[in-house]
Amino acid sequence: MNYLMAFLFAGALCAFAEVILDNTKLTPGHITSLYTVMGAFLSFLGCYDKLIAKFGAGATVLISNFGHSLYSSAWQGYLEDGFLGIFSNMLCKSSGVITGAIVIAFLVSIIFKPKN
Amino acid sequence: MLVKKHTPREPKLRNFGVAFLVGGLIGLLAEVISMILKNCFAFSTVEAGLIVALIVIGVASLFTALGFFDSWVSKCKCGLIIPTTGFAHSVSSSALEYKRDGLITGLGSNFFKLAGSVILYGIISAFLLVIVRLVIGG
Repeated sequence: MNYLMAFLFAGALCAFAEVILDNTKLTPGHITSLYTVMGAFLSFLGCYDKLIAKFGAGATVLISNFGHSLYSSAWQGYLEDGFLGIFSNMLCKSSGVITGAIVIAFLVSIIFKPKN
Repeated sequence: MLVKKHTPREPKLRNFGVAFLVGGLIGLLAEVISMILKNCFAFSTVEAGLIVALIVIGVASLFTALGFFDSWVSKCKCGLIIPTTGFAHSVSSSALEYKRDGLITGLGSNFFKLAGSVILYGIISAFLLVIVRLVIGG
């Protein structure tokens, strides 16, 4: 059941993005930025934690989860350390994804040659 | 008019179906891997999420470097762009593309060329939303 929910949720959000891409002049860059902001906004409304509880990795594998982790760790930082905590804690949860992408992409681009 | 008439029509319905299937499969796979990690290797939910994200990023970067991920992305479009694969693909494809301009002026300065907007607007929106929540006293 969990697997079906993850499949349906991730698929539905990707299909919705495809509708935006096909029917407007927005580029993939616009849509990923839009989804990130949307994730932060859903997190602001308190929905995203419930989405993760319900759809599991179907919700965490999407780019909107990046916005959610930014917002939730910034708010966590405010609760713990006050205003400065927003700055010091902002990237706390998303650090893994950013560092992972940097390290892996760097290694891969050093090892392989670009193909045209 | 002439250009509009001769531009091939995008098969919107097929794009929709492909994006749904591919995006859904990635979600399903991520859920399967995280369930295996949690149940068989006793990782916590947070650790399992990070490992899944790293696996997804690793596979997407490797496939980009091997040269066949670009054609997959142009076929599946949003099915691969919206999951974390899109983020990894944009970082590694710009790293590979600008490598020949040098390690600093090419690879270094163009590394976040495409992914930069996601990080920038993510942080700006998260910051503003925290400020809003402070002001309304949530």
